[in-house]
Amino acid sequence: MQDQAVFFWIFATVLVGSALAVISARNPVHSVLFLILAFVNAAGLFLLMGAEFLAMILVVVYVGAVAVLFLFIVMLLDVDFARMKQGFVQYLPLGILIAFCVAAELVYVESRWAIAPDRAGPATPSGTLSNTAALGQVLYTRYFYFFQAAGMILLTAMIGAIVITLHHKAGVKRQDVGAQVARTPKASVELRKVPTRAGI
Amino acid sequence: MDLSAYLILAAIVFTIGVAGIILNHKNIIIILMSVELILLSANINLVAFSTYAGDLTGQAFALFVLTVAAAEAAIGLAILVAYFRNRGSIAVEDINSLKG
Repeated sequence: MQDQAVFFWIFATVLVGSALAVISARNPVHSVLFLILAFVNAAGLFLLMGAEFLAMILVVVYVGAVAVLFLFIVMLLDVDFARMKQGFVQYLPLGILIAFCVAAELVYVESRWAIAPDRAGPATPSGTLSNTAALGQVLYTRYFYFFQAAGMILLTAMIGAIVITLHHKAGVKRQDVGAQVARTPKASVELRKVPTRAGI
Repeated sequence: MDLSAYLILAAIVFTIGVAGIILNHKNIIIILMSVELILLSANINLVAFSTYAGDLTGQAFALFVLTVAAAEAAIGLAILVAYFRNRGSIAVEDINSLKG
């Protein structure tokens, strides 16, 4: 139990620190790298809570896909980030005020709140299954339609992202399979009778 | 650790995300990252409740939140790339062509 508390404080401190660095870093590349650090620490917290599958998914999906996507975009787009940083100091008092109000409300609510003792229990209901197996058992039975809907959302996002970013450059020769297949000998070959010693 | 520690941590991360949107209101990439932080704090809440209530529903829901967050990031960044290609800038104050 003592170890768990130690690791909780380590992960929580680094998570909050890197989250602060995400929003205050001067260079957006550093922001993305701190975002990755925040995700890894959140995965550590998930492990502490016994949600191993979600911890691994967080590392794979967020760190491996989403954060790297952000990194690509930040490096791909040639943006004047210094100009975007201009209002930071001007809005700092307002931002701190709003953040303080929101944080005070949330912390006040959550520190006065407790779960009913008879509802508390281990994360894995049966106790013998691993977290991944137990999650799979509810995911493929009780939440099957939601699971399918999640797949459809990902498919939609994939097609949408491809359609939005795909663009054809003008003046580039492309293979048109339909035109190639539709071509007939009659349309493309012309037979001519060439007169002797006259040429065409 | 008890439940309220995780909930307060998630509240702090949520607050940092909200503050990030206000402070970096000119940089849409940082705004998207702040949205990811907010979704992460929601996930921490869901998993904490799931663990302490002994019910896997919260973890299943967190998985769906993760799915939607990934889809949102992909679509948002695709829109950014397309917008940058068309207008040459993604500064929030330059995105005003719908103003009339």
